[in-house]
Amino acid sequence: MGEPETPLSEAETAAIRADLDHYEDAQAAAVEALKIVQQARGWVDDERLRAVAGLLGLPAAELEGVATFYNLIFRRPVGRHVILVCDSVSCYIRGFDTVYQALQARLGIAPGQTTADGRFTLLPMCCLGHCDHAPAMTIDGEHHGDLTPEGLEAILQRYD
Amino acid sequence: MTEAAHQQTPLTGNIRADRGYVGLEDYRRSGGYIGLERALKAMEPGEVQQAVKDSRLRGRGGAGFPTGMKWGFMPLDQAGPNYLVVNADEMEPGTFKDRLLMEGDPHQLVEGVAIAAYAVQASTAYIFVRDAYRLAAERLRQAIAEARGAGWLGDDVLSSSYRLEVHVHSSAGRYICGEETALLNALEGRRPLPRAKPPYPQQAGLWGRPTVVNNVETICNVPHIVRNGADWFRGLSYTEDAGSKIYGASGQVARPGAWELPMGTTLRELLEVHAGGMREGYRFRGVLPGGASTPFLVAEHLDLPMDFDHVGQAGSRLGTGALVVVDDRTSLMGLLRNLEHFFAQESCGWCTPCRDGLPWVEQLLADLEAGRGRAGDIAILQEHCDRLGPGNTFCAHAPGAVGPLESALQRFPEAFEQGVAG
Repeated sequence: MGEPETPLSEAETAAIRADLDHYEDAQAAAVEALKIVQQARGWVDDERLRAVAGLLGLPAAELEGVATFYNLIFRRPVGRHVILVCDSVSCYIRGFDTVYQALQARLGIAPGQTTADGRFTLLPMCCLGHCDHAPAMTIDGEHHGDLTPEGLEAILQRYD
Repeated sequence: MTEAAHQQTPLTGNIRADRGYVGLEDYRRSGGYIGLERALKAMEPGEVQQAVKDSRLRGRGGAGFPTGMKWGFMPLDQAGPNYLVVNADEMEPGTFKDRLLMEGDPHQLVEGVAIAAYAVQASTAYIFVRDAYRLAAERLRQAIAEARGAGWLGDDVLSSSYRLEVHVHSSAGRYICGEETALLNALEGRRPLPRAKPPYPQQAGLWGRPTVVNNVETICNVPHIVRNGADWFRGLSYTEDAGSKIYGASGQVARPGAWELPMGTTLRELLEVHAGGMREGYRFRGVLPGGASTPFLVAEHLDLPMDFDHVGQAGSRLGTGALVVVDDRTSLMGLLRNLEHFFAQESCGWCTPCRDGLPWVEQLLADLEAGRGRAGDIAILQEHCDRLGPGNTFCAHAPGAVGPLESALQRFPEAFEQGVAG
Protein backbone atom coordinates (compact mmCIF):
# COMPACT_ATOMS: atom_id res chain seq x y z
CA MET A 1 0.00 0.00 0.00
CA GLY A 2 3.03 2.26 -0.47
CA GLU A 3 1.64 3.86 -3.62
CA PRO A 4 -1.15 6.33 -2.98
CA GLU A 5 -2.42 6.68 -6.57
CA THR A 6 -2.41 3.13 -7.91
CA PRO A 7 -1.23 -0.20 -6.57
CA LEU A 8 0.54 -0.86 -9.89
CA SER A 9 4.20 0.02 -10.30
CA GLU A 10 5.31 2.49 -12.94
CA ALA A 11 6.92 -0.34 -14.89
CA GLU A 12 3.73 -2.38 -14.83
CA THR A 13 1.63 0.57 -15.92
CA ALA A 14 4.06 1.41 -18.73
CA ALA A 15 4.14 -2.20 -19.97
CA ILE A 16 0.34 -2.39 -19.96
CA ARG A 17 0.04 0.93 -21.80
CA ALA A 18 2.52 -0.27 -24.43
CA ASP A 19 0.41 -3.39 -25.05
CA LEU A 20 -2.73 -1.28 -25.52
CA ASP A 21 -1.25 0.04 -28.78
CA HIS A 22 -1.56 -3.41 -30.33
CA TYR A 23 -5.34 -3.43 -30.28
CA GLU A 24 -8.42 -1.51 -31.42
CA ASP A 25 -9.97 -1.89 -28.01
CA ALA A 26 -8.44 -1.68 -24.54
CA GLN A 27 -10.16 -4.82 -23.28
CA ALA A 28 -8.00 -6.88 -25.65
CA ALA A 29 -5.01 -6.12 -23.44
CA ALA A 30 -6.72 -7.74 -20.45
CA VAL A 31 -4.86 -11.04 -20.42
CA GLU A 32 -1.49 -9.47 -21.19
CA ALA A 33 -2.07 -6.88 -18.45
CA LEU A 34 -2.88 -9.58 -15.91
CA LYS A 35 0.23 -11.48 -17.00
CA ILE A 36 2.37 -8.37 -16.59
CA VAL A 37 1.17 -8.02 -13.00
CA GLN A 38 1.65 -11.74 -12.41
CA GLN A 39 5.15 -11.64 -13.86
CA ALA A 40 6.10 -8.98 -11.34
CA ARG A 41 4.31 -10.38 -8.28
CA GLY A 42 3.65 -14.06 -8.94
CA TRP A 43 -0.11 -13.66 -8.75
CA VAL A 44 -2.90 -11.10 -9.13
CA ASP A 45 -4.55 -9.89 -5.94
CA ASP A 46 -7.92 -8.09 -5.73
CA GLU A 47 -6.40 -4.67 -5.41
CA ARG A 48 -4.26 -5.04 -8.56
CA LEU A 49 -7.13 -6.62 -10.44
CA ARG A 50 -9.25 -3.55 -9.71
CA ALA A 51 -6.37 -1.29 -10.73
CA VAL A 52 -5.90 -3.10 -14.05
CA ALA A 53 -9.64 -2.91 -14.68
CA GLY A 54 -9.48 0.82 -14.03
CA LEU A 55 -6.57 1.23 -16.41
CA LEU A 56 -8.40 -0.65 -19.16
CA GLY A 57 -11.74 1.04 -18.47
CA LEU A 58 -13.48 -2.22 -17.58
CA PRO A 59 -15.77 -3.12 -14.70
CA ALA A 60 -13.72 -5.13 -12.20
CA ALA A 61 -16.28 -7.94 -12.38
CA GLU A 62 -15.78 -8.21 -16.13
CA LEU A 63 -12.02 -8.54 -15.72
CA GLU A 64 -12.50 -11.03 -12.89
CA GLY A 65 -14.65 -13.12 -15.22
CA VAL A 66 -11.80 -13.19 -17.72
CA ALA A 67 -9.08 -13.78 -15.13
CA THR A 68 -10.83 -16.73 -13.54
CA PHE A 69 -11.51 -18.43 -16.87
CA TYR A 70 -7.79 -18.94 -17.41
CA ASN A 71 -6.03 -21.58 -15.38
CA LEU A 72 -2.69 -19.77 -15.72
CA ILE A 73 -3.85 -16.46 -14.27
CA PHE A 74 -3.30 -17.01 -10.56
CA ARG A 75 -5.77 -15.32 -8.24
CA ARG A 76 -4.10 -16.87 -5.20
CA PRO A 77 -0.45 -16.67 -4.12
CA VAL A 78 1.92 -19.19 -5.66
CA GLY A 79 5.48 -20.22 -4.88
CA ARG A 80 8.59 -18.73 -6.46
CA HIS A 81 8.49 -21.48 -9.08
CA VAL A 82 5.41 -23.00 -10.65
CA ILE A 83 5.59 -26.62 -11.76
CA LEU A 84 3.03 -27.70 -14.37
CA VAL A 85 2.88 -31.47 -14.78
CA CYS A 86 1.35 -32.72 -18.01
CA ASP A 87 -1.49 -35.16 -17.30
CA SER A 88 -2.72 -35.61 -20.88
CA VAL A 89 -2.89 -38.75 -22.95
CA SER A 90 0.67 -39.22 -24.24
CA CYS A 91 2.10 -38.65 -20.79
CA TYR A 92 -0.56 -40.96 -19.35
CA ILE A 93 0.57 -43.75 -21.68
CA ARG A 94 4.17 -43.11 -20.67
CA GLY A 95 3.36 -43.38 -16.99
CA PHE A 96 3.34 -39.76 -15.81
CA ASP A 97 1.52 -40.76 -12.64
CA THR A 98 4.62 -42.41 -11.14
CA VAL A 99 6.55 -39.19 -11.64
CA TYR A 100 3.66 -37.09 -10.36
CA GLN A 101 3.40 -39.15 -7.17
CA ALA A 102 7.16 -38.95 -6.65
CA LEU A 103 7.08 -35.20 -7.09
CA GLN A 104 4.28 -34.83 -4.55
CA ALA A 105 6.18 -37.01 -2.08
CA ARG A 106 9.43 -35.10 -2.62
CA LEU A 107 7.77 -31.70 -2.20
CA GLY A 108 5.42 -32.85 0.56
CA ILE A 109 2.43 -31.22 -1.11
CA ALA A 110 -0.64 -32.21 -3.10
CA PRO A 111 -1.50 -30.70 -6.49
CA GLY A 112 -2.69 -27.13 -6.05
CA GLN A 113 -0.51 -26.53 -2.99
CA THR A 114 2.66 -24.58 -2.33
CA THR A 115 5.62 -25.82 -0.30
CA ALA A 116 5.93 -24.32 3.18
CA ASP A 117 9.13 -22.50 2.19
CA GLY A 118 7.31 -20.85 -0.69
CA ARG A 119 9.63 -22.37 -3.23
CA PHE A 120 7.33 -24.49 -5.41
CA THR A 121 3.68 -24.63 -6.43
CA LEU A 122 2.55 -27.85 -8.09
CA LEU A 123 -0.27 -27.90 -10.65
CA PRO A 124 -1.60 -30.34 -13.23
CA MET A 125 -1.68 -29.09 -16.80
CA CYS A 126 -3.01 -30.38 -20.09
CA CYS A 127 -0.68 -31.33 -22.93
CA LEU A 128 2.51 -29.22 -22.96
CA GLY A 129 3.49 -30.12 -26.53
CA HIS A 130 6.48 -32.16 -25.40
CA CYS A 131 4.88 -35.53 -26.23
CA ASP A 132 7.97 -36.98 -27.90
CA HIS A 133 9.65 -36.61 -24.51
CA ALA A 134 6.76 -37.79 -22.33
CA PRO A 135 6.33 -37.70 -19.42
CA ALA A 136 6.87 -33.97 -19.33
CA MET A 137 6.50 -30.88 -17.17
CA THR A 138 7.39 -27.22 -17.24
CA ILE A 139 8.93 -25.20 -14.44
CA ASP A 140 8.47 -21.44 -14.93
CA GLY A 141 7.77 -22.15 -18.59
CA GLU A 142 10.86 -24.27 -19.23
CA HIS A 143 10.17 -27.72 -20.63
CA HIS A 144 11.58 -30.83 -18.96
CA GLY A 145 10.98 -34.21 -20.56
CA ASP A 146 11.71 -37.93 -20.35
CA LEU A 147 11.06 -37.57 -16.62
CA THR A 148 11.82 -40.33 -14.15
CA PRO A 149 11.31 -40.29 -10.38
CA GLU A 150 15.09 -40.61 -9.95
CA GLY A 151 15.82 -37.65 -12.23
CA LEU A 152 13.56 -35.16 -10.48
CA GLU A 153 15.97 -33.99 -7.81
CA ALA A 154 18.56 -32.77 -10.29
CA ILE A 155 15.92 -30.71 -12.09
CA LEU A 156 14.44 -29.22 -8.92
CA GLN A 157 17.86 -28.11 -7.72
CA ARG A 158 18.10 -25.67 -10.60
CA TYR A 159 15.25 -23.65 -9.09
CA ASP A 160 16.03 -21.83 -5.84
CA MET B 1 20.87 -30.20 -46.38
CA THR B 2 20.90 -30.48 -50.17
CA GLU B 3 18.66 -28.32 -52.33
CA ALA B 4 16.75 -31.41 -53.48
CA ALA B 5 16.10 -32.54 -49.93
CA HIS B 6 15.09 -29.02 -48.99
CA GLN B 7 12.56 -29.06 -51.78
CA GLN B 8 10.97 -32.22 -50.39
CA THR B 9 10.81 -30.93 -46.83
CA PRO B 10 10.17 -27.22 -47.30
CA LEU B 11 8.68 -26.68 -43.84
CA THR B 12 11.49 -28.19 -41.81
CA GLY B 13 14.47 -27.74 -44.15
CA ASN B 14 15.89 -24.85 -42.13
CA ILE B 15 15.36 -26.31 -38.69
CA ARG B 16 18.65 -26.96 -36.94
CA ALA B 17 19.39 -30.24 -35.22
CA ASP B 18 20.08 -28.35 -31.98
CA ARG B 19 16.84 -26.37 -32.43
CA GLY B 20 18.81 -23.14 -32.20
CA TYR B 21 17.40 -19.83 -33.42
CA VAL B 22 17.45 -19.36 -37.20
CA GLY B 23 17.80 -15.64 -37.76
CA LEU B 24 17.04 -13.40 -40.70
CA GLU B 25 20.36 -13.92 -42.49
CA ASP B 26 20.14 -17.71 -42.36
CA TYR B 27 16.52 -17.61 -43.41
CA ARG B 28 17.34 -15.34 -46.34
CA ARG B 29 20.12 -17.69 -47.46
CA SER B 30 17.58 -20.48 -47.91
CA GLY B 31 15.44 -18.30 -50.15
CA GLY B 32 13.45 -16.68 -47.39
CA TYR B 33 11.28 -13.64 -48.18
CA ILE B 34 11.53 -14.31 -51.93
CA GLY B 35 7.89 -15.38 -51.81
CA LEU B 36 6.83 -12.19 -50.07
CA GLU B 37 8.78 -10.07 -52.53
CA ARG B 38 7.14 -11.86 -55.46
CA ALA B 39 3.68 -11.53 -53.95
CA LEU B 40 4.03 -7.82 -53.27
CA LYS B 41 5.79 -6.82 -56.47
CA ALA B 42 4.25 -9.12 -59.05
CA MET B 43 0.91 -10.37 -57.78
CA GLU B 44 -2.48 -8.93 -56.91
CA PRO B 45 -4.03 -10.20 -53.66
CA GLY B 46 -6.49 -12.23 -55.71
CA GLU B 47 -3.62 -13.88 -57.58
CA VAL B 48 -2.03 -14.97 -54.31
CA GLN B 49 -5.38 -16.41 -53.26
CA GLN B 50 -5.64 -18.21 -56.59
CA ALA B 51 -2.16 -19.70 -56.22
CA VAL B 52 -3.15 -21.10 -52.82
CA LYS B 53 -6.46 -22.38 -54.21
CA ASP B 54 -4.60 -24.06 -57.07
CA SER B 55 -2.17 -25.63 -54.61
CA ARG B 56 -5.10 -27.38 -52.88
CA LEU B 57 -3.60 -26.57 -49.47
CA ARG B 58 -5.99 -27.63 -46.70
CA GLY B 59 -5.98 -26.30 -43.14
CA ARG B 60 -3.46 -28.06 -40.93
CA GLY B 61 -5.14 -27.22 -37.62
CA GLY B 62 -7.26 -30.33 -37.94
CA ALA B 63 -10.38 -29.51 -39.92
CA GLY B 64 -8.75 -29.64 -43.36
CA PHE B 65 -10.79 -26.80 -44.84
CA PRO B 66 -9.33 -25.55 -48.17
CA THR B 67 -7.22 -22.52 -47.25
CA GLY B 68 -7.69 -20.61 -50.51
CA MET B 69 -11.46 -20.97 -50.25
CA LYS B 70 -11.35 -19.75 -46.66
CA TRP B 71 -9.50 -16.65 -47.81
CA GLY B 72 -11.93 -16.21 -50.69
CA PHE B 73 -14.73 -15.32 -48.28
CA MET B 74 -12.82 -12.23 -47.13
CA PRO B 75 -14.15 -8.96 -48.58
CA LEU B 76 -11.25 -7.04 -50.15
CA ASP B 77 -13.06 -3.83 -51.04
CA GLN B 78 -14.53 -2.60 -47.75
CA ALA B 79 -13.35 0.39 -45.82
CA GLY B 80 -11.80 -0.43 -42.47
CA PRO B 81 -9.41 -3.07 -41.32
CA ASN B 82 -9.30 -6.76 -42.13
CA TYR B 83 -7.48 -9.05 -39.74
CA LEU B 84 -5.38 -12.17 -40.02
CA VAL B 85 -5.07 -14.35 -36.93
CA VAL B 86 -2.66 -17.24 -36.64
CA ASN B 87 -3.83 -19.96 -34.32
CA ALA B 88 -0.70 -20.99 -32.42
CA ASP B 89 -2.64 -22.22 -29.41
CA GLU B 90 -1.51 -25.78 -30.08
CA MET B 91 -3.02 -27.75 -27.23
CA GLU B 92 -4.50 -30.85 -28.87
CA PRO B 93 -3.07 -33.61 -26.68
CA GLY B 94 -0.36 -35.50 -28.51
CA THR B 95 0.47 -32.60 -30.85
CA PHE B 96 3.77 -30.73 -30.99
CA LYS B 97 4.26 -29.80 -34.65
CA ASP B 98 3.56 -26.06 -34.45
CA ARG B 99 5.97 -25.73 -31.57
CA LEU B 100 8.66 -27.26 -33.80
CA LEU B 101 7.87 -24.81 -36.61
CA MET B 102 7.78 -21.70 -34.42
CA GLU B 103 10.87 -22.49 -32.39
CA GLY B 104 12.81 -23.96 -35.29
CA ASP B 105 12.14 -21.46 -38.07
CA PRO B 106 10.15 -18.45 -36.86
CA HIS B 107 10.84 -16.32 -39.95
CA GLN B 108 9.04 -18.88 -42.08
CA LEU B 109 5.87 -18.18 -40.13
CA VAL B 110 6.46 -14.42 -40.22
CA GLU B 111 6.88 -14.49 -44.02
CA GLY B 112 3.79 -16.68 -44.34
CA VAL B 113 1.83 -14.25 -42.20
CA ALA B 114 2.92 -11.33 -44.37
CA ILE B 115 1.92 -13.06 -47.62
CA ALA B 116 -1.37 -14.36 -46.23
CA ALA B 117 -2.20 -10.96 -44.76
CA TYR B 118 -1.52 -9.34 -48.12
CA ALA B 119 -3.75 -11.92 -49.84
CA VAL B 120 -6.69 -11.02 -47.59
CA GLN B 121 -5.68 -7.34 -47.31
CA ALA B 122 -5.21 -7.41 -43.57
CA SER B 123 -3.27 -4.52 -42.07
CA THR B 124 -2.81 -6.18 -38.69
CA ALA B 125 -2.04 -9.80 -37.88
CA TYR B 126 -2.00 -11.50 -34.50
CA ILE B 127 -0.17 -14.69 -33.67
CA PHE B 128 -2.07 -16.23 -30.76
CA VAL B 129 0.46 -18.32 -28.80
CA ARG B 130 -0.29 -20.51 -25.81
CA ASP B 131 1.48 -19.69 -22.56
CA ALA B 132 3.46 -22.95 -22.48
CA TYR B 133 5.21 -21.99 -25.73
CA ARG B 134 7.28 -19.19 -24.25
CA LEU B 135 10.39 -19.93 -26.30
CA ALA B 136 8.29 -19.91 -29.47
CA ALA B 137 6.74 -16.56 -28.51
CA GLU B 138 10.15 -15.09 -27.72
CA ARG B 139 11.63 -16.22 -31.04
CA LEU B 140 8.63 -14.96 -32.98
CA ARG B 141 8.98 -11.55 -31.36
CA GLN B 142 12.67 -11.56 -32.28
CA ALA B 143 11.91 -12.57 -35.87
CA ILE B 144 9.18 -9.94 -36.18
CA ALA B 145 11.58 -7.26 -34.95
CA GLU B 146 14.24 -8.38 -37.42
CA ALA B 147 11.77 -8.49 -40.29
CA ARG B 148 10.42 -5.07 -39.41
CA GLY B 149 13.93 -3.66 -39.23
CA ALA B 150 14.67 -5.03 -42.69
CA GLY B 151 11.49 -3.57 -44.19
CA TRP B 152 9.61 -6.86 -44.60
CA LEU B 153 6.92 -5.62 -42.20
CA GLY B 154 5.76 -2.17 -41.16
CA ASP B 155 4.37 0.95 -42.78
CA ASP B 156 5.49 0.53 -46.37
CA VAL B 157 6.59 -3.02 -46.98
CA LEU B 158 9.21 -3.10 -49.75
CA SER B 159 8.02 0.35 -50.84
CA SER B 160 4.79 -1.25 -52.06
CA SER B 161 2.55 0.99 -49.93
CA TYR B 162 1.28 -2.19 -48.28
CA ARG B 163 1.22 -1.79 -44.51
CA LEU B 164 1.30 -4.63 -41.99
CA GLU B 165 1.84 -4.86 -38.27
CA VAL B 166 2.26 -8.28 -36.66
CA HIS B 167 1.78 -8.82 -32.94
CA VAL B 168 2.31 -11.84 -30.74
CA HIS B 169 -0.55 -12.37 -28.29
CA SER B 170 0.47 -14.58 -25.42
CA SER B 171 -2.43 -16.50 -23.85
CA ALA B 172 -2.91 -18.06 -20.41
CA GLY B 173 -4.12 -21.63 -20.83
CA ARG B 174 -7.43 -23.32 -21.72
CA TYR B 175 -7.77 -25.65 -24.71
CA ILE B 176 -11.00 -23.97 -25.87
CA CYS B 177 -8.99 -20.91 -26.96
CA GLY B 178 -7.91 -22.97 -29.98
CA GLU B 179 -11.49 -23.04 -31.27
CA GLU B 180 -11.44 -20.26 -33.84
CA THR B 181 -14.37 -18.20 -32.59
CA ALA B 182 -13.40 -18.70 -28.94
CA LEU B 183 -9.95 -17.53 -29.96
CA LEU B 184 -11.46 -14.30 -31.30
CA ASN B 185 -13.17 -13.69 -27.96
CA ALA B 186 -9.90 -14.47 -26.20
CA LEU B 187 -8.05 -11.96 -28.37
CA GLU B 188 -10.67 -9.33 -27.57
CA GLY B 189 -10.03 -9.89 -23.86
CA ARG B 190 -13.39 -11.55 -23.21
CA ARG B 191 -14.10 -14.94 -21.71
CA PRO B 192 -13.12 -17.31 -24.52
CA LEU B 193 -16.50 -18.87 -25.21
CA PRO B 194 -17.14 -20.01 -28.79
CA ARG B 195 -19.44 -17.82 -30.88
CA ALA B 196 -22.42 -19.05 -32.89
CA LYS B 197 -21.76 -19.40 -36.62
CA PRO B 198 -22.93 -17.76 -38.83
CA PRO B 199 -21.72 -15.11 -38.99
CA TYR B 200 -18.37 -16.64 -39.90
CA PRO B 201 -15.19 -14.80 -38.93
CA GLN B 202 -14.64 -13.70 -42.52
CA GLN B 203 -17.90 -11.77 -42.27
CA ALA B 204 -17.72 -10.62 -38.65
CA GLY B 205 -14.63 -11.67 -36.73
CA LEU B 206 -12.30 -9.69 -34.53
CA TRP B 207 -14.16 -6.57 -33.33
CA GLY B 208 -16.80 -7.41 -35.92
CA ARG B 209 -14.34 -6.97 -38.78
CA PRO B 210 -13.55 -9.50 -41.53
CA THR B 211 -11.05 -11.92 -40.07
CA VAL B 212 -9.40 -15.10 -41.23
CA VAL B 213 -7.96 -17.58 -38.74
CA ASN B 214 -5.31 -20.06 -39.92
CA ASN B 215 -3.15 -22.64 -38.19
CA VAL B 216 0.64 -22.21 -37.94
CA GLU B 217 1.53 -25.11 -40.24
CA THR B 218 -1.00 -23.92 -42.82
CA ILE B 219 0.58 -20.47 -42.95
CA CYS B 220 4.13 -21.88 -43.05
CA ASN B 221 3.26 -23.56 -46.37
CA VAL B 222 2.31 -20.29 -48.03
CA PRO B 223 5.78 -18.83 -48.80
CA HIS B 224 6.79 -22.08 -50.49
CA ILE B 225 3.63 -22.20 -52.61
CA VAL B 226 4.17 -18.63 -53.81
CA ARG B 227 7.85 -19.27 -54.46
CA ASN B 228 7.68 -22.71 -56.08
CA GLY B 229 4.17 -22.85 -57.51
CA ALA B 230 1.01 -24.85 -57.04
CA ASP B 231 2.13 -27.74 -59.26
CA TRP B 232 5.26 -28.24 -57.20
CA PHE B 233 3.22 -28.19 -54.01
CA ARG B 234 0.73 -30.77 -55.23
CA GLY B 235 3.66 -32.92 -56.35
CA LEU B 236 4.99 -33.15 -52.79
CA SER B 237 2.12 -35.47 -51.87
CA TYR B 238 1.54 -39.16 -52.53
CA THR B 239 -2.20 -38.54 -52.95
CA GLU B 240 -4.72 -36.00 -54.21
CA ASP B 241 -4.40 -34.16 -50.89
CA ALA B 242 -1.55 -31.77 -51.60
CA GLY B 243 1.70 -30.89 -49.92
CA SER B 244 3.92 -32.28 -47.24
CA LYS B 245 2.66 -32.89 -43.73
CA ILE B 246 4.31 -32.82 -40.34
CA TYR B 247 3.32 -36.07 -38.73
CA GLY B 248 4.19 -36.98 -35.19
CA ALA B 249 4.05 -40.02 -32.97
CA SER B 250 3.97 -40.43 -29.21
CA GLY B 251 3.20 -43.28 -26.83
CA GLN B 252 5.10 -46.55 -26.44
CA VAL B 253 6.91 -46.35 -29.78
CA ALA B 254 10.68 -46.80 -30.10
CA ARG B 255 11.39 -43.32 -31.47
CA PRO B 256 8.71 -40.74 -30.70
CA GLY B 257 9.10 -37.62 -32.82
CA ALA B 258 7.82 -35.41 -35.60
CA TRP B 259 8.70 -35.76 -39.29
CA GLU B 260 7.85 -33.83 -42.43
CA LEU B 261 6.77 -36.38 -45.03
CA PRO B 262 4.65 -36.50 -48.17
CA MET B 263 0.95 -36.12 -47.41
CA GLY B 264 -0.59 -39.56 -47.74
CA THR B 265 2.29 -41.45 -46.12
CA THR B 266 0.79 -44.68 -44.79
CA LEU B 267 0.16 -45.33 -41.15
CA ARG B 268 2.41 -48.37 -41.42
CA GLU B 269 5.36 -46.35 -42.70
CA LEU B 270 4.87 -43.76 -39.96
CA LEU B 271 4.78 -46.38 -37.25
CA GLU B 272 7.35 -48.86 -38.48
CA VAL B 273 9.91 -46.73 -40.29
CA HIS B 274 9.78 -43.29 -38.68
CA ALA B 275 8.64 -44.15 -35.16
CA GLY B 276 10.78 -47.30 -35.21
CA GLY B 277 7.96 -49.65 -34.28
CA MET B 278 6.71 -50.37 -30.80
CA ARG B 279 8.98 -50.34 -27.77
CA GLU B 280 10.25 -53.72 -26.69
CA GLY B 281 7.53 -55.62 -24.86
CA TYR B 282 4.62 -53.56 -26.23
CA ARG B 283 2.19 -54.46 -28.99
CA PHE B 284 0.15 -52.12 -31.17
CA ARG B 285 -3.50 -51.94 -30.24
CA GLY B 286 -4.73 -48.84 -32.03
CA VAL B 287 -3.98 -45.20 -32.67
CA LEU B 288 -5.63 -41.83 -32.33
CA PRO B 289 -4.40 -40.54 -35.69
CA GLY B 290 -4.57 -36.79 -35.17
CA GLY B 291 -4.63 -35.98 -31.49
CA ALA B 292 -6.96 -36.66 -28.59
CA SER B 293 -10.20 -35.77 -30.39
CA THR B 294 -9.84 -38.19 -33.31
CA PRO B 295 -11.50 -41.65 -33.41
CA PHE B 296 -9.39 -44.80 -33.21
CA LEU B 297 -7.77 -46.47 -36.17
CA VAL B 298 -6.70 -50.10 -35.70
CA ALA B 299 -4.51 -52.74 -37.34
CA GLU B 300 -6.78 -53.10 -40.37
CA HIS B 301 -5.96 -49.47 -41.22
CA LEU B 302 -2.18 -49.80 -41.28
CA ASP B 303 -1.96 -49.37 -45.05
CA LEU B 304 -4.21 -46.33 -45.07
CA PRO B 305 -2.69 -43.23 -46.69
CA MET B 306 -2.78 -40.61 -43.97
CA ASP B 307 -4.53 -37.70 -45.63
CA PHE B 308 -7.77 -35.88 -44.87
CA ASP B 309 -9.99 -37.85 -47.25
CA HIS B 310 -8.64 -41.35 -46.62
CA VAL B 311 -8.70 -41.03 -42.85
CA GLY B 312 -12.17 -39.49 -43.07
CA GLN B 313 -13.42 -42.39 -45.15
CA ALA B 314 -12.06 -44.79 -42.52
CA GLY B 315 -14.32 -43.12 -39.94
CA SER B 316 -11.73 -40.97 -38.21
CA ARG B 317 -10.02 -37.64 -38.89
CA LEU B 318 -6.47 -36.73 -39.87
CA GLY B 319 -6.70 -33.97 -37.27
CA THR B 320 -3.26 -32.60 -36.53
CA GLY B 321 -1.47 -35.69 -37.87
CA ALA B 322 -0.14 -36.39 -34.39
CA LEU B 323 -0.39 -40.13 -33.80
CA VAL B 324 -1.13 -41.12 -30.23
CA VAL B 325 -0.15 -44.77 -30.32
CA VAL B 326 -2.02 -47.02 -27.92
CA ASP B 327 -0.39 -50.27 -26.83
CA ASP B 328 -1.72 -53.50 -25.33
CA ARG B 329 -0.44 -52.79 -21.82
CA THR B 330 -2.19 -49.47 -21.34
CA SER B 331 -5.62 -49.78 -19.73
CA LEU B 332 -8.12 -48.76 -22.37
CA MET B 333 -10.64 -47.60 -19.77
CA GLY B 334 -7.89 -45.65 -18.04
CA LEU B 335 -6.85 -44.04 -21.30
CA LEU B 336 -10.41 -43.07 -22.16
CA ARG B 337 -10.94 -41.76 -18.64
CA ASN B 338 -7.83 -39.67 -19.07
CA LEU B 339 -9.09 -38.29 -22.40
CA GLU B 340 -12.55 -37.49 -21.07
CA HIS B 341 -11.09 -35.91 -17.94
CA PHE B 342 -9.23 -33.57 -20.26
CA PHE B 343 -12.32 -32.71 -22.30
CA ALA B 344 -14.52 -32.30 -19.22
CA GLN B 345 -11.99 -30.00 -17.59
CA GLU B 346 -11.45 -27.96 -20.75
CA SER B 347 -15.13 -27.53 -21.63
CA CYS B 348 -15.93 -23.83 -21.47
CA GLY B 349 -19.24 -24.70 -19.77
CA TRP B 350 -21.51 -22.85 -22.16
CA CYS B 351 -23.51 -25.77 -23.62
CA THR B 352 -25.27 -28.18 -21.29
CA PRO B 353 -24.51 -31.47 -23.10
CA CYS B 354 -20.79 -30.70 -22.97
CA ARG B 355 -20.64 -29.16 -19.50
CA ASP B 356 -22.78 -31.78 -17.76
CA GLY B 357 -22.30 -34.76 -20.04
CA LEU B 358 -18.54 -35.00 -20.04
CA PRO B 359 -18.03 -35.23 -16.25
CA TRP B 360 -20.63 -38.03 -16.19
CA VAL B 361 -18.78 -39.83 -18.99
CA GLU B 362 -15.54 -39.46 -17.05
CA GLN B 363 -17.13 -40.91 -13.93
CA LEU B 364 -18.61 -43.89 -15.78
CA LEU B 365 -15.22 -44.64 -17.32
CA ALA B 366 -13.54 -44.38 -13.93
CA ASP B 367 -16.04 -46.95 -12.62
CA LEU B 368 -15.40 -49.28 -15.55
CA GLU B 369 -11.65 -48.86 -15.08
CA ALA B 370 -12.01 -49.88 -11.44
CA GLY B 371 -14.22 -52.88 -12.37
CA ARG B 372 -17.26 -51.47 -10.59
CA GLY B 373 -19.33 -50.51 -13.63
CA ARG B 374 -23.09 -51.09 -13.63
CA ALA B 375 -25.04 -53.04 -16.26
CA GLY B 376 -26.48 -49.94 -17.90
CA ASP B 377 -23.26 -47.90 -18.02
CA ILE B 378 -22.25 -48.88 -21.53
CA ALA B 379 -25.65 -47.84 -22.88
CA ILE B 380 -25.34 -44.50 -21.08
CA LEU B 381 -21.92 -43.96 -22.66
CA GLN B 382 -23.39 -44.70 -26.08
CA GLU B 383 -26.23 -42.28 -25.43
CA HIS B 384 -23.68 -39.56 -24.62
CA CYS B 385 -21.92 -40.25 -27.91
CA ASP B 386 -25.20 -39.48 -29.66
CA ARG B 387 -26.20 -36.47 -27.58
CA LEU B 388 -22.79 -34.83 -27.62
CA GLY B 389 -22.44 -35.38 -31.35
CA PRO B 390 -22.39 -32.69 -34.05
CA GLY B 391 -25.20 -30.14 -34.03
CA ASN B 392 -26.06 -30.22 -30.34
CA THR B 393 -23.51 -27.68 -29.13
CA PHE B 394 -22.03 -24.37 -30.28
CA CYS B 395 -18.62 -25.77 -31.19
CA ALA B 396 -16.78 -29.00 -31.97
CA HIS B 397 -15.48 -29.59 -28.45
CA ALA B 398 -18.19 -32.10 -27.45
CA PRO B 399 -18.20 -34.00 -30.76
CA GLY B 400 -14.40 -34.17 -30.57
CA ALA B 401 -14.59 -35.42 -27.00
CA VAL B 402 -16.85 -38.37 -27.82
CA GLY B 403 -15.12 -39.32 -31.10
CA PRO B 404 -12.50 -41.57 -29.50
CA LEU B 405 -15.07 -42.96 -27.05
CA GLU B 406 -17.60 -43.91 -29.70
CA SER B 407 -14.95 -45.57 -31.85
CA ALA B 408 -13.65 -47.48 -28.82
CA LEU B 409 -17.17 -48.73 -28.08
CA GLN B 410 -17.27 -50.09 -31.62
CA ARG B 411 -13.72 -51.42 -31.85
CA PHE B 412 -13.11 -52.69 -28.32
CA PRO B 413 -16.52 -53.61 -26.79
CA GLU B 414 -14.96 -56.31 -24.61
CA ALA B 415 -12.81 -53.75 -22.81
CA PHE B 416 -15.97 -52.01 -21.59
CA GLU B 417 -17.76 -55.23 -20.72
CA GLN B 418 -14.83 -56.34 -18.57
CA GLY B 419 -15.33 -53.29 -16.40
CA VAL B 420 -18.88 -54.15 -15.39
CA ALA B 421 -19.01 -55.62 -11.87
CA GLY B 422 -20.45 -58.99 -11.38
